[in-house]
Amino acid sequence: MNGVHDLGGSDGHGPINPEPNEPVFHAEWEKRVFGMFLPVAACGYFNLDEFRHAIERMGAPSYLNTSYYEHWLHAFETLLVEKGALSAAELAARQQQIAEEAR
Amino acid sequence: MASSAHTRPLSEVEIRVKALESLLVEKGLIDLAAVDALIDKYEHKVGPRNGARVVARAWVDPAYKARLLSHGTEAIAELGYTGMQGEDMVVVENTPEVHNVLVCTLCSCYPWPTLGLPPVWYKSAPYRSRVVIDPRGVLQEFGLQLPESTEVRVWDSTSEVRYMVLPERPPGTEHLSEDELAALVTRDAMIGVTKVSA
Repeated sequence: MNGVHDLGGSDGHGPINPEPNEPVFHAEWEKRVFGMFLPVAACGYFNLDEFRHAIERMGAPSYLNTSYYEHWLHAFETLLVEKGALSAAELAARQQQIAEEAR
Repeated sequence: MASSAHTRPLSEVEIRVKALESLLVEKGLIDLAAVDALIDKYEHKVGPRNGARVVARAWVDPAYKARLLSHGTEAIAELGYTGMQGEDMVVVENTPEVHNVLVCTLCSCYPWPTLGLPPVWYKSAPYRSRVVIDPRGVLQEFGLQLPESTEVRVWDSTSEVRYMVLPERPPGTEHLSEDELAALVTRDAMIGVTKVSA
């Protein structure tokens, strides 16, 4: 399917800039998102192709301006709400609660 | 403001991750011990040293090399490297005549059991977009200038097959042991954006 993820051959994305001695993860939250994938997938709410598709339908600005593990986070939130494992309201409420506790 | 000297305000993404994780734990959908074990595995145990062992074995054992190029998944499993994102492996050999380089233009397909998790640049728009239309220019950004006579082949992963490059054994390494050879092999050489140097 066509979409922003189909990047092969497009231009204007700038230099590659490989990072010397790059760590496997760049932040603690990236580890949490990565480590969640298999356990959440094992719950049966989505398969790998649905997960990839959830990233592909992010929309170009979000896709290009957020990092790889933010794509994964978006896919988790999208699919788990769509499949009824979580509600958008409880997710928003928990985010607000955590933000307030962290102040 | 942070509530103590050693904490800081959480970013929006950190808040989203904590919220998601805490809800999934409360609902019994994930077990944090399992999450922690997966993080530890892919941060500390699975990585390009595995692929380097495969390459070094192929350099010293012609029969193994033949198996690796004809039945990649099985030959890699002989060294114990199996599992997710390595179920259908194809190994392509770099020679003076042909240089292979890997990409996943659509996302981030990568052979986890042999190379670990991919670097950010491999998953990012600049590499994915450009290596398929200007591979020689991309290789130059990694410091690799190939002669015009060398054919460049770019392998774009499907969602099923995972590729790995068998780099050329550098000259002057005839005296080295398999372990010493493995120590020379880099992740980037097994993606095909550099060569192995002695």
